[in-house]
Amino acid sequence: MHDRAERPPGPPARQTELITVARSASRPRPPARTAARLLRGFCAVSLSGLLAGCNLVVMQPSGDVALQQRNLVLASVGLMLLIVLPVIALTLLFAWRYRATNESAPYDPDWHHSTQLEVVIWTAPLLIIIALGALTWISTHTLDPFRALRRIDATRPVAAGVKPLTVEVVALDWKWLFFYPEYGIATVNELAAPVDRPIDFKITASSVMNAFYVPALAGMIYAMPGMQTQLHAVINKPGEYAGLSSHYSGTGFSRMTFKFHGLDDAGFDAWIAKAKAQGSELSREDYLKLEKPSEAEPVKYYKSVADGLFDTILNMCAVPGKMCMSEMMTIDAKGGAGKDSTENRERLRYDNRHIEQGDEAPGSTAPASGRTPHGQEQPQGMKPDGNNPHVHENGTKPENQMPAPERDSIAPSQLNNK
Amino acid sequence: MHTDTAPPGAEAPAFYLEEDHAHESSTMLGFWMYLMSDCLIFAVLFATYGVLGRNYAAGPSPRDLFELPLVALNTSMLLLSSITYGFAMLEMEKDNLKTMQLWLAITGLFGACFIGIELYEFAHLIHEGATPQRSAFLSSFFALVGTHGLHVSLGIVWLIVLMVQTAQKGLIVENKRRLMCLSMFWHFLDVVWIGVFTFVYLMGVLQ
Amino acid sequence: MFSNPDLQKLVFGRLSLEDIPYHEPILQVTFAMVALGGLVVLGAITYYRFWGPLWRDWLTSVDHKKIGVMYIVLAFVMLLRGFADALMMRAQQAVAFGANEGYLPPHHYDQIFTAHGVIMIFFVAMPFVTGLMNYVVPLQIGARDVAFPFLNNFSFWMTVSGAMTVMASLFVGEFARTGWLAYPPLSGADMSPGVGVDYYIWALQIAGIGTLLSGINLIATIVKMRAPGMTMMKLPIFVWTSLCTNVLITAAFPILTAVLALLSMDRYVGTHFFTNDLGGNPMMYFNLIWIWGHPEVYILILPAFGIFSEVTSTFSGKRLFGYASMVYATVVITILSYLVWLHHFFTMGSGADVNSFFGITTMIISIPTGAKIFNWLFTMYRGRIRFELPMMWTVSFMVTFTIGGMTGVLLAVPPADFVLHNSLFLIAHFHNVIIGGVLFGMFAGVTYWFPKAFGFKLDPFWGKMSFWFWTVGFYFAFMPLYVLGLMGVTRRANHFDDPSLQIWFVVAAFGAVLILLGILSMIVQFVVSIRNREALRDLTGDPWNGRTLEWSTASPPPDYNFAFTPVIHDLDAWSDMKKRGYARPVEGYRAIHMPKNTATGVILGVVSIGFSFAMIWYIWWLAAATFATMFLVTVIHTFNYNRDFYIPAADVVRAEGQRTSVMAGRA
Repeated sequence: MHDRAERPPGPPARQTELITVARSASRPRPPARTAARLLRGFCAVSLSGLLAGCNLVVMQPSGDVALQQRNLVLASVGLMLLIVLPVIALTLLFAWRYRATNESAPYDPDWHHSTQLEVVIWTAPLLIIIALGALTWISTHTLDPFRALRRIDATRPVAAGVKPLTVEVVALDWKWLFFYPEYGIATVNELAAPVDRPIDFKITASSVMNAFYVPALAGMIYAMPGMQTQLHAVINKPGEYAGLSSHYSGTGFSRMTFKFHGLDDAGFDAWIAKAKAQGSELSREDYLKLEKPSEAEPVKYYKSVADGLFDTILNMCAVPGKMCMSEMMTIDAKGGAGKDSTENRERLRYDNRHIEQGDEAPGSTAPASGRTPHGQEQPQGMKPDGNNPHVHENGTKPENQMPAPERDSIAPSQLNNK
Repeated sequence: MHTDTAPPGAEAPAFYLEEDHAHESSTMLGFWMYLMSDCLIFAVLFATYGVLGRNYAAGPSPRDLFELPLVALNTSMLLLSSITYGFAMLEMEKDNLKTMQLWLAITGLFGACFIGIELYEFAHLIHEGATPQRSAFLSSFFALVGTHGLHVSLGIVWLIVLMVQTAQKGLIVENKRRLMCLSMFWHFLDVVWIGVFTFVYLMGVLQ
Repeated sequence: MFSNPDLQKLVFGRLSLEDIPYHEPILQVTFAMVALGGLVVLGAITYYRFWGPLWRDWLTSVDHKKIGVMYIVLAFVMLLRGFADALMMRAQQAVAFGANEGYLPPHHYDQIFTAHGVIMIFFVAMPFVTGLMNYVVPLQIGARDVAFPFLNNFSFWMTVSGAMTVMASLFVGEFARTGWLAYPPLSGADMSPGVGVDYYIWALQIAGIGTLLSGINLIATIVKMRAPGMTMMKLPIFVWTSLCTNVLITAAFPILTAVLALLSMDRYVGTHFFTNDLGGNPMMYFNLIWIWGHPEVYILILPAFGIFSEVTSTFSGKRLFGYASMVYATVVITILSYLVWLHHFFTMGSGADVNSFFGITTMIISIPTGAKIFNWLFTMYRGRIRFELPMMWTVSFMVTFTIGGMTGVLLAVPPADFVLHNSLFLIAHFHNVIIGGVLFGMFAGVTYWFPKAFGFKLDPFWGKMSFWFWTVGFYFAFMPLYVLGLMGVTRRANHFDDPSLQIWFVVAAFGAVLILLGILSMIVQFVVSIRNREALRDLTGDPWNGRTLEWSTASPPPDYNFAFTPVIHDLDAWSDMKKRGYARPVEGYRAIHMPKNTATGVILGVVSIGFSFAMIWYIWWLAAATFATMFLVTVIHTFNYNRDFYIPAADVVRAEGQRTSVMAGRA
């Protein structure tokens, strides 16, 4: 899951680790990385028996945004250590020095006030917080995920006229779908981008919240149904990196991981070509099948995508007959559709589709799940096994498949559900 | 902040009361705090209405649904009930049990009218298809107005209980305290309603 | 059971025999243990003919001391449940790598982490805090009870009722699989059908009402019932922190009540507050729940700060350094805690201005908190520190909490939070402050006030064993999580692919085992202390050379706390009295006015369990019946005007005379 970046020439990752530490004194390196190295070094040296691979990806990222975030973590910790270390030292010192058995230490039972000291103990944290607050204000604005990148790394600004690579990300129940509008392809659970080209992620989700996170690339941001968040990032080193959902989203959450490939331009073109060659078409119907809950989905490629599919997902109207959020919002902005609009309600119902289709909802518990409470068994289709490596498309066991309950317009779905 | 400690051996002051120390009743303070916490519940509901109140889900809006004359009538019921409750409290101060109970009964009737009109309004809305399930706007509308209505209904039950209790025990200290609490509760609901009337109905129809 | 499904649905709602997980080995063992333990306890109560006293003196008691003790017993019992969940999670994460699925499928694991969070916050930390405040505050301000004694009893039973509801989910049906704050849309009716989230909602709703009422009660107590001479700036610091905590409770819990009510309307009626569709807005829930949730953190930590202040001052044999700045710091924290909620979801994509505003307000809280730590430091400075157990917990707290505070401020920097949010780093951070701050504080408080409550000290040897196991265990259990967070590992996962992570999880599991030994030592400590109580007996009522009023009365204090209302001249009232030659009055006793016990609270508590169970399982007739019962019981209760009585002067003379002779005999 948390693989390190590939380093093509050289020994495998774990060995590099120790060698890096051993050689760290002799090799010149950029000062910004020193602290991270030290931390890693500390990690590896002090617990070298335990630590085969101390891969602190957050402390040693490969994308410029994550790198700036790392530097911010280190700077903040450094600032705070200015006061935290003395406090811890003083605590231990005072505890030792003024222990009851130490009769030689002064004892001053009525001393309880000192204006100078009070000024110091309020001012010292205040000064640190002023510094940290300034750092926060500036960095929050420069590292705002919605803001287009200004630089590729510390030394290179984004050249004028460079168009970022747009990737549209959809968090499905429990896999990731990536659209590349520029190339017309889509992938499941595999993401790739050329090195040093800014990437503009547009992120949404299909049913529940998730968070899109590639630790080596940039910080996370929530993926929310019916809403679009954005993340601007760039990868600076080729390699294969781990990506994951970092906001709990139900049964298959633990396996909602993907690989992110940082590729050179030629490699990226080859990857696009591969997707086009190996992939099938992604129509709306295919999407609706894909969207059903499933776990540990293998990588898939799509050579072409139905027109405007991402927009319909974002607007929660991929299911035929549904009204798009954008249309609803236009109507609402004009003051609604009046009293005679009852039929719009069913066209806007969206969350109930899992239950209506007999799929197990992401967080269902007994008795609605149809499984015995706390049971060991996995629902068929939730998990591939030796006999059935291909994940079943339907999320429930046939015997539990309930006919779509007849729904009146008032009762919530689970009232009809057993 | 820190009093000077007298040197040991100095004349010791009194360290305890020999008489009984009666605390004044905490009930009013406690009830005030309850009202403030209740006020926060309404604040959440108002905030929810503020956020979701224009999400009509391609459905009816306040302008389609609300009938201001009816709501104005309803508002006047509640305002009048506050005034009559005030009269009841004046009578309580004068220890006129019978007149006080009469005013309480009138207050209760006004309250019941208010609830009746509100239920009629709700039934009418639901009949028109404007159910709480129709849109987020209607969900938050029913939650806010309904919670207020539940409070008023509870107030009416409490009022009846107090009428029975004052009939049984007369205007003893405990009963007067309870009447004071209900008074605060009743006026509080009045104030909340003024917020509802302005924020939900007037601004909804006039926007 | 019934041939007619409609009839079965009418009688049992959605409950059926299949919902009782009798085939699940983990639960069979748990159930057997609970049943066995329950039988032993019930048998012992019968054998010792304790039913009568239990009912008269405890369950129906309105005495703040008894209620305080019962809260703390509840907290310890629930700690065992919550910790069992923690051990299961640690064990799962230590083994579930690669092909090994571990022993908990997601379906079970997800409930465990939800239950762990809910139980530890609502039914361990909260009862600890409320219990200690209940016990200590009236004694420290020289009062004979709280302002509303019946309400106090009722609050307690509401909390128990909530706890029982959570426990019921273990044996009937299932608990939520949503995480401890049950974020929609995942917790909505469409995404989480079934009883799990309903158990969550009703347990919290009922316990929350209890907490709210007890908050109002304690504020009224502190504002109205202080002994003469005790001005606000002469309040013991624990009372100050309690006051602020209760203000926070009163101003935060209604929000929880409202937001849970909205969520239950989404689930029961089909409204659209937090759904994706028809105009609902799940982000609204995030905001509302954290407007409650962040003050909740300070509700827990402020009383712990108060305890540390009392303990440091007592065991250093010194006045508290900077009392005034301590008070101001507490008040500032109280106010600021309402302005920081958004830091729990920087990653939701609010603009940079909003994020940095909330980041900076969060950091500002660390200024008064830092000042407090310095105040404790300078209270120790030039003191004579006796390292009794409460003081050991305090020193351990000061070191541990400082680290946790630092990582907390780090998480308040939005771009840093982007890489650390929802990671195990975050988990390590809040366990760092909740265990290192709240729990250590509560343990310090329990050890400190135990001799006051029971008249004998706790056994120091097993106490120190527990202390070291907890402290060392804490570092073993949570430092690896900081590292894992920096390795990009997210929370709530029940399986990992990268084998290089495993060693850290194994270390963390080892730490959890050490903490288990700490908990076991604690249990041994209680048993040993009760058996050796004569040797550990304290006859003075003031075993630690205390400084505040609670130490001026007997241990355990008589029902009426103080035979005469004390008059306060100085901040450290009891210290001042001792210094200036206070002579305990031995005559002139009068009859004392006290509230009467009542069974209403316990009846309402039991019926409300039935009500929530009926609501959870859609057993509508039972819900209506229990609701009507609660309503009637409440109304009938208001017809009882005969709520107090006088302890006759003769009884006071007897009790105080006994104390006089005990103290004389000792001298």
